[in-house]
Amino acid sequence: MKVLVTIKRAIDYNVHIRIADDGSGVITDGVKHSVNPFDEIALEQAIRWKEAGTVDEVVAVSIGNAACAEQLRTALAFGCDRAIRVAHEEAVSPLTAARTFSALVESEAPDVILMGKQSIDDDNGQTGQMTAALLGWPQATYASTIEINETSARVTREVDDGLETLDIDLPAVITADLRLNEPRYLKLPNIMKAKKKPIEESSLEALGVEADTSLRVTHTAAPAPRKPGVMVDSPEALVSELKNKGLL
Amino acid sequence: MSTILIIADHRDGQLSTATRKTVRCAADFDADAIDILVLAEDGAEVAAQAARLSGVRRVRYVNHPTHAHPMAATAAPQIVAAVKAGDYSHVLGSNSSFGKDVMPRVAALLGVAMVTDLMHVTGAYEFQRPTYAGNAVDTIVAPADRILVATARGASFEPAAEDGDAELEALSLDVELPTHTRFVSTDTHTSERPDLGTAPRVVTGGRGVGSEENFRVIYDFADHIGAAVGASRAAVDAGYVPNDMQVGQTGKIIAPELYICFGISGAIQHLAGIKDAGTIVAVNKDEDAPIFEIADYGLVGDLFEVIPALTRAIG
Ligand SMILES: Cc1cc2nc3c(=O)[nH]c(=O)nc-3n(C[C@H](O)[C@H](O)[C@H](O)COP(=O)(O)OP(=O)(O)OC[C@H]3O[C@@H](n4cnc5c(N)ncnc54)[C@H](O)[C@@H]3O)c2cc1C
Repeated sequence: MKVLVTIKRAIDYNVHIRIADDGSGVITDGVKHSVNPFDEIALEQAIRWKEAGTVDEVVAVSIGNAACAEQLRTALAFGCDRAIRVAHEEAVSPLTAARTFSALVESEAPDVILMGKQSIDDDNGQTGQMTAALLGWPQATYASTIEINETSARVTREVDDGLETLDIDLPAVITADLRLNEPRYLKLPNIMKAKKKPIEESSLEALGVEADTSLRVTHTAAPAPRKPGVMVDSPEALVSELKNKGLL
Repeated sequence: MSTILIIADHRDGQLSTATRKTVRCAADFDADAIDILVLAEDGAEVAAQAARLSGVRRVRYVNHPTHAHPMAATAAPQIVAAVKAGDYSHVLGSNSSFGKDVMPRVAALLGVAMVTDLMHVTGAYEFQRPTYAGNAVDTIVAPADRILVATARGASFEPAAEDGDAELEALSLDVELPTHTRFVSTDTHTSERPDLGTAPRVVTGGRGVGSEENFRVIYDFADHIGAAVGASRAAVDAGYVPNDMQVGQTGKIIAPELYICFGISGAIQHLAGIKDAGTIVAVNKDEDAPIFEIADYGLVGDLFEVIPALTRAIG
C-alpha cells in the first residue's frame, strides 16, 4: 500500500501573529514556520503504518515556494520515502490544492491520501473534502482512529455530538484530528540524514492544474478588541459583580 | 440580488439552532429568496420547523434511507442536484461538523471555491471571515458570475425569528448515490444539560481540574447555575471528558452571554473558541496566566476552594 501525505508550511502555532499596518495581510517574513500541526499528525500516522508493515511507501507532498522544502525535510526526517514540492509562488487556495493533489494521483496512484483536517493559518478545513470530491473517492474527515487493510478502512470521526464510525473503500481521503496520535520528537541523526535526501520538483503547469484565484482578500485586520477586564479579590466580590450585571 | 439555498442541520427530528443562525446570515446577502433543503430519512417534521423561520420562501425536503445518518459522500451529490435544479446563486451550510464536512465536497463538485466561517456579510459577494484562530479577520470579495458556497459561523449570528410560513415541497432527486462509504455506528453523549454550542451560560474546566473524578465539581457548579459544560483540549486529551466538549479553534466556537473557566491557561487556540462570549470569567491559581488578559473578571485562586465559595455566594 502507498500513502500520500500532504504537508503545509504554516506559521508555528506558538507564534502571536502580527498584521501589516496597511491591511495587506499577516506578516510572515522572519516568523517561525512549521509543518501545520494536523499535517504532522497525518504524517505520524503514515509512518506508524509503515513501521508496522501495513504500508510500503509514504510520499510527502507540499505546494508552495522554495521555503516549503524545509517542511518536506521534516517529513523526510519522520521517515517518508520521497518528498515532492509542487512549485507555486502565490497563495494556494483549497481548491487549487485539491486540484493539485488529485492531478498527482495519476502518477503516484496512492491508496490513501492522508491530510490534516485543517491548516491553522487559514482555518479553512476544505482541502481534504475537495480532493475526495474531485477524485470521486470516499472521505473520512476528523479521524481519531483508523483501522486499515488492503481494500478498506474503518474510521472513527470526532463530530459535534461525540464519535461516528464509517467504513470506506480504498482509495480514499482521510483527514486527521488532534487525537489520532501524538507526533514523535525527531532525532538529530534523522534530521541530518533528511538534509541529504533529494526533493522532487513539480509545478502546477507540469501537472496541468489551473490555479483558483476566484476569492480575493481585499483587507486583513485585527479583530475588534475586547474591553479591558478587572481582577476581583474574592469569590463573593465576583458573584456580586455578576449579579449586578444581571448575569446570575 | 441572490437566491440562496441553505442546507439544514438536524438531529432526532429537530432542526438545529445552527441552521436558524444560517438563515439569519443569509438575509444579509441581499437575498431575493431563501430556500432550505432538508435531507432526512423522513424530513416532513424538520421541514415544518424550517418553514416557520422568518424570511424563508420554500422548504424542500428529500426523504431517503441513507440520510438516517447524514454522510458527505451521499449528501453532496443530492445537494448539487438540488442546487442545479433551483438555479441558486448561493449555497450555505452551518459550521457544524456535518456542514464543515459536506460543503467543501459540494463546492468542489460544482467546480467553485468556498468560504468557511462567514462572520459578517456586507453584500451579496463581500464578507468577512476569521483566520489564525480568530486573530485576523479577512475581508473577501467573491466573483458574482459563479455560485458561492459558504458556511456561517454560528457564534456570529442570532437565530432567525420564527414568524414565517414558507411553502413546503417534497423533492425527489434522481441521483445515483455512491456505496463506497458506509455508516457503522455513533457513540454520542446525551446529557440533560444545556447544549454547549448554544447555551447562554457555559462553565469549562481545563488541565487544572486534574482528573475525571474532579470534573464532578465543574458539573455540579454548572448545574447550580444552569450552564452547559465544556473543556480545554488538555482536559479532553487527558481523558477527563469526551471530545465533543472541547472548546477552541479546533473544537466548538461558542458565544454564550456568560463564560466561566476554571484551571484553563488561555492558549490562543482556546481563546479562539470564546472571543465572542458576552462576559468571560476566569479562575486560575497562577496570576500570570494569559487567560486573565482576555477575561472581563479574573480571580486568582485554587478552583477547589473558589467553587464552593461561589456556590455559597450565589445561594
Ligand atoms: C493545532 C492545535 C489545535 C488546538 N486546539 C485547541 C482547542 O480547540 N481548544 C483548546 O482548548 N486547546 C487547543 N489546543 C491546545 C492549546 O494550545 C493548549 O495546550 C490547551 O488549551 C491548554 O489547556 P489548559 O489550559 O487546560 O491546560 P494548561 O495550559 O496546562 O493550563 C492549566 C491551567 O490550570 C491552572 N491550574 C492548575 N491547577 C489549578 C487549580 N487547582 N486551581 C486553579 N487553576 C489551576 C494552571 O495555573 C494553568 O494555567 C490546540 C493546540 C494545537 C497545537
